[in-house]
Amino acid sequence: MSATPQLPPVAKLEQKTVVDLVSKGKRIDERTPESYRPIEIQVGVIEKANGSAQVHLGKSKVLAGIKIETGEPFPDTPDEGVLTVNAELVPLASPSFEAGPPSEAAIELSRVTDRGIRESKCIDMKSLVIQKGKKVQVVYVDIYVLDHDGNLIDAANMAALAALANAKVAKMEMKGDEVVVKGGHHQLPLNNHPVSVTFAKIDKTVIVDPCLQEEQVMNARLTITIDKNGNICAMQKGGLNGFTPDEIRKSAHFAVQKAAENRARILAAGKG
Amino acid sequence: MNKLPEPKQPEKLIDEKGLRIDGRRLDQLRPIKLEVGVLDKADGSAYIEQGKNKILVAVYGPREAHPKHIAMPERAVIRARYHMAPFSVDERKSPAPSRREMELSKVIRESLEPVVLTDLYPRTTIDVFIEVLQSDGGSRCAAITAASLALADAGIPMKEMVAACAVGKIEGKLALDLSDAEDKYGDADIPVALVPNAGLVTLLQMDGHLTIAEFEQGFGMALEACKTLHAMQREALKKKYATVKEEAEEAPPAEVVA
Repeated sequence: MSATPQLPPVAKLEQKTVVDLVSKGKRIDERTPESYRPIEIQVGVIEKANGSAQVHLGKSKVLAGIKIETGEPFPDTPDEGVLTVNAELVPLASPSFEAGPPSEAAIELSRVTDRGIRESKCIDMKSLVIQKGKKVQVVYVDIYVLDHDGNLIDAANMAALAALANAKVAKMEMKGDEVVVKGGHHQLPLNNHPVSVTFAKIDKTVIVDPCLQEEQVMNARLTITIDKNGNICAMQKGGLNGFTPDEIRKSAHFAVQKAAENRARILAAGKG
Repeated sequence: MNKLPEPKQPEKLIDEKGLRIDGRRLDQLRPIKLEVGVLDKADGSAYIEQGKNKILVAVYGPREAHPKHIAMPERAVIRARYHMAPFSVDERKSPAPSRREMELSKVIRESLEPVVLTDLYPRTTIDVFIEVLQSDGGSRCAAITAASLALADAGIPMKEMVAACAVGKIEGKLALDLSDAEDKYGDADIPVALVPNAGLVTLLQMDGHLTIAEFEQGFGMALEACKTLHAMQREALKKKYATVKEEAEEAPPAEVVA
């Protein structure tokens, strides 16, 4: 069951400051309405993972790790590998996160990231088949939020894409009924690079990349994921209020431009 | 034996005449049936059939918050539960809540939050229980349409009702209100919920592949369909109260007990 969330109490004065600044075209951290916080990406930070990336989006920190293991394909897609995306909002990242089964925020975060990767056909799933219908490679994307200062969706999407671009797959083959390692690795083949752009509506203004203080006063949130050809592959609106149709159309156009900018940075980092 | 045929992928989703597998045009909704006040114990309830979707919604509240710590001092807490019956889909679904159901419960609740005047009932909960008895694509939208009616039926003060409808892309063409097969074998699906008079979109999701131009056109189609559905919701609500009035007029005058 999903219940209206209890936001941590924020002083009315602080709320008012954030809202007033946004309505004047300014922001609490001195950015413009359409700019992101500084993005830093480090890849290969976890040696035991097939691929990994840590993203700092301002003060938000997200780590994504890729593990690739052998498993069975789904019966309806015998000639494709399997993708599993999971997100953990670990309690060390925020006073509002608690240990225990995944919260609806964690589930939404993982499902929105999953949708971007899956629907853009980012991973070449056909290349993951070891024996059709029997054995395939299973790609696990695990997203670990380490410090929550807002816009976890974009930080998680960047970390996932950078980690996938950094991932190596072991070469496998069938010997009789067994999967054996052939030796050697190759780069996980990617066909597309989905990048999400998240908007927040505060009072009557739409901004990108909300920080935590802005998320605490926003009316609603909208994520638009754009593929490398400038097409939309996923969207998700969240929050207690809504957007006007015009705000949505404008955001979609803006997302195409912003995603291209951010994609270049993520891929440049992913090669490192 | 009641053996169902295995669902197969249809050869074509659109025929030469431009009609879909169920005979609809691209811009046509499925047949919709709306009923209000269908359950006895609930404070408000509604039932929707849209294509093969069959969905029941019950509203309880405003009522005392349980457990107490979830109560909010300034407003009512809205709780929503989207749940699919095990027999509602081709392969039996485990009754335990899936990740999909948890996400849908969240987005459905968020689509309803802006219209309910929650600040009138502090420290209470308003519970919206959605049971999908049979699922046929677009169930989250049908659920929102019915949930708005159930909230109205419960007499909960609202700004207006929310109506929802999905638009999608099949075989490269935009199509309204995708059925199960169209959703499964189609290229994209965009569920949209609209608060018509406020001009506010309170649900927007998308998966698949769309150009910006296709999105804009499809989004427009979905908004129009939401307005059509909103008119149907109002009719369904009026119909309920028309029947109540008739019953009152037809009933013999109450006997005075001495």
